Amino acid sequence: MTQAAPELTPEQVITAVLADLPRHRGVVVDSPPGAGKSTLVVRAAAHIAATGEPLMIVAQTNEQVDDLVTRLCDKHPHLTVGRLSAGGYVTPARLLDLPGVTVGTRVQDLGDPDIVIATADKWAWIAGRTWPWAIVDEAYQMRSDKLLRIAALFDRALFVGDPGQLDPFSVVDGDRWSGLSWDPLQSAVSVLLRHNPDLPVHRLPVSWRLPASAAPVVSRAFYPFTGFRSGTGPGERRLELTTGGMGTVHDRALEEAARSGWALLELPNRHTVRTDGEAVEAVALLAARLLQRGAVAGSEQGERPVTADRIAVGAAHRDQVAAIRAAGLPPEITVDTANRLQGREYDVTIVLHPLSGRRDATAFHLESGRLCVLASRHRHACVVVARAGIAELLDAHPSAEPVRLGAPVKFPDGWEANQAVLDHLARHRV
Amino acid sequence: MSLLTSLARLRAVEAGRAQPIATVRHCHLSERPMVFIPLKLAGEAAAPLAAMLGTDRDAPRLLVVTQPRNRDLRFAWAAELAGVLVPYVESFLGSTETVERRNADPYERALDAPQLLLPNRAGVAFTRLLGRSTRFRRTDGPYPVPQGVPLLGRWLTYFAERAAYPGSSLAMAATEELARHWASGQSALEDANLAALVAWITTGPSDEAEDPLVWPPAGPATDPGFDAEVLAPAMESESAERVTEALRTQLAPTWRLMWQAVDLLRALEPGAGVAQRWEQDRASFSGMAAQIEEGAPPQARRDGAVAAAARLARMERAQAAYDVQRAYDDPLVMAEYRLTGEAFAGEVVETVPDNTEGEGRSRKLRPLVVVKTDDPVRIPPGTSLGTPQRRGQGAELVSADGGLVTLKITKGMGRGRTPTPGAVPEPGERVCYTSLTDDFQGAPALPEAEATPWTHGGPPPAYVPADEDAVEEWS
Repeated sequence: MTQAAPELTPEQVITAVLADLPRHRGVVVDSPPGAGKSTLVVRAAAHIAATGEPLMIVAQTNEQVDDLVTRLCDKHPHLTVGRLSAGGYVTPARLLDLPGVTVGTRVQDLGDPDIVIATADKWAWIAGRTWPWAIVDEAYQMRSDKLLRIAALFDRALFVGDPGQLDPFSVVDGDRWSGLSWDPLQSAVSVLLRHNPDLPVHRLPVSWRLPASAAPVVSRAFYPFTGFRSGTGPGERRLELTTGGMGTVHDRALEEAARSGWALLELPNRHTVRTDGEAVEAVALLAARLLQRGAVAGSEQGERPVTADRIAVGAAHRDQVAAIRAAGLPPEITVDTANRLQGREYDVTIVLHPLSGRRDATAFHLESGRLCVLASRHRHACVVVARAGIAELLDAHPSAEPVRLGAPVKFPDGWEANQAVLDHLARHRV
Repeated sequence: MSLLTSLARLRAVEAGRAQPIATVRHCHLSERPMVFIPLKLAGEAAAPLAAMLGTDRDAPRLLVVTQPRNRDLRFAWAAELAGVLVPYVESFLGSTETVERRNADPYERALDAPQLLLPNRAGVAFTRLLGRSTRFRRTDGPYPVPQGVPLLGRWLTYFAERAAYPGSSLAMAATEELARHWASGQSALEDANLAALVAWITTGPSDEAEDPLVWPPAGPATDPGFDAEVLAPAMESESAERVTEALRTQLAPTWRLMWQAVDLLRALEPGAGVAQRWEQDRASFSGMAAQIEEGAPPQARRDGAVAAAARLARMERAQAAYDVQRAYDDPLVMAEYRLTGEAFAGEVVETVPDNTEGEGRSRKLRPLVVVKTDDPVRIPPGTSLGTPQRRGQGAELVSADGGLVTLKITKGMGRGRTPTPGAVPEPGERVCYTSLTDDFQGAPALPEAEATPWTHGGPPPAYVPADEDAVEEWS
């Protein structure tokens, strides 16, 4: 395995990946949050297209596909791209004007583009043609049964994804398959690597998104053996609040976040229902105050005000998201679950801690990927709202999942990752 | 646990009695269910100790392994069990109906199917183990087993697998079905105790449920006190009668509880979707019987890559359909979705029954209905809706604002220029609409097992039955 040492520059890693492509049937690239995964996909796509061989790209959601199409056309306008879609898909306006892009529900309708791109679900319906090359984006979000359905379509593939994000899941109990090397509930990459252990695995070493205040925390908690560093140094990212505060706890939390990149707004210890009214109100107030105080973000990309569309609010459950939305936030602020925030980037995030107010810590709430997604969406600062007592709750609920024979041990342990993040947040408590 | 179930549990504690969380029965209950209570020897993975079973509450059959450490006696017991279970299963194969299928040959479906009722989830798991330890055995060659044992193993395996299939009623755990219809004031873990759960539903919680002398555990594990003080001395005495009578005392109380559970469930009206799911059960049962008939090998120990993905897809679809059907069948289940904003109920305040869209030949009847509701509606405009009141109809949400929801009926209006009477709800009618619908797209095809791709380990080796199949380290 060619493990990228932290000293490697991103450029060296990308060069090594492209060099490995013709040498192996599959190449895996692990990418921590904001490490330029999409840039790599676009570069690799152009690289393969330049050889004149057709390429298929697999992404997981329609938004991801549309994003990739836009980026591809932006960087390489000479490439022709065919976007396969399902019947009910409405082509977004931003795709309609792009040169070289055709949209269709059948491969035949697309002409013969350099690149054909679709979601994994759509690819599963395609048969009768193979491609010499494939790029699978967000491969850690993809369930291995989806890969099984499309693997016959390509000869060689590049798999790109973030191993720290949420594992794929199912509404049915999959215990009967745990431990099998082809467990359909495992991610596409884990199944691929278990059957092909000699495939090269590269790792992008630098997070361009996370600031210097966040990269070490996230790296240590969620990527304990495959650390990464931030692309910017301490002090290069600044968050300033242009108007004065009134000294309320919300203002102090925002000031702490602006100063240090993190803040924990701790509410009194209480067991609550999932849609904890006080916590929801605190989250909504923080978002509103952040806008009122006229935050300005300064970074390597210059100074710009933190507008509503640069703010995200994250929670664990859909009903929490609905409750926060109902609390009256400006509609431009993104409010969503960890699941849907995967792959997105904002200046400031406000997070309702998944364990806040809970009486128990289930596997769902302990899953390290959930907290990892919530804690790694921001370029400048992250404010966490939580009830006190989470550390005690964790102590009362050590990971008690049964150990299955043959199932690979998953790192990091959710319990430990939660403790590590909490430990760090405690230093920024208001 | 959902909000309504939590509330029902709190109420159960307050009232000292389990609270109903369903208005109809969501499982099929056979006219002639086979109640099956297995017991196993403590400390062994799959050493059967006894079983009480039968379809007549007044005539249980008790089968006992008088010395479970003796493998010959175990398989003699399995043969006895096969003598009861297999004829029961096969008795349903006689009367069938021919089912026509689109794009496939017609097939024969049994008119009724067997139903195995077990006390709890652990009983189902033990049934699976029993199936695993018997289905690969052979009646000839080294270590032969009596006739009927391998066949029993295949049926037990089948039932245990169906128990994990969402919405199937071929094999059910009594505690699970009761807990689906009543919320007790205890934890889900405690609900797995049949005696405690039945007490909550019938007479109120009682400490006796915890007392192994009054209510012995419902199996498959036995009470350690009984093991040490009664069972061990009986076995040492080598008196078959003493062992049998000792085990009867452990099984008879659970037998009574099982039939009490049957009565409780039978008192509920079946939901509208139950018959449809039972039809799928009957089809599955007929398919299994046909496989055995054709001499297919026993079910594999593990699913291959393709088989696992196919099973997962089937189960996910069944789970989704089961959730939707239960909500449509039962206003109490629908209430959960009303709380989360995926459904709303209210009174029709205004209708435009002859609203049309399109011109000329493509002119279609699209009646508009305005519903006044107090429910929080979190369904975006344009979403397809269904309603339990008019199953054949489909609607689309036009707008939702300030407690007034406007929707457009888009499916099931026929070709007429005016709607047939009753097709459009009248003002004043109470209706419920939901974004849950059970018209699922079919799943995309999977490769053949022989074409398993390189990412999943390539094609698996073909199965060749061998004497070693019968060897299980733990049995």
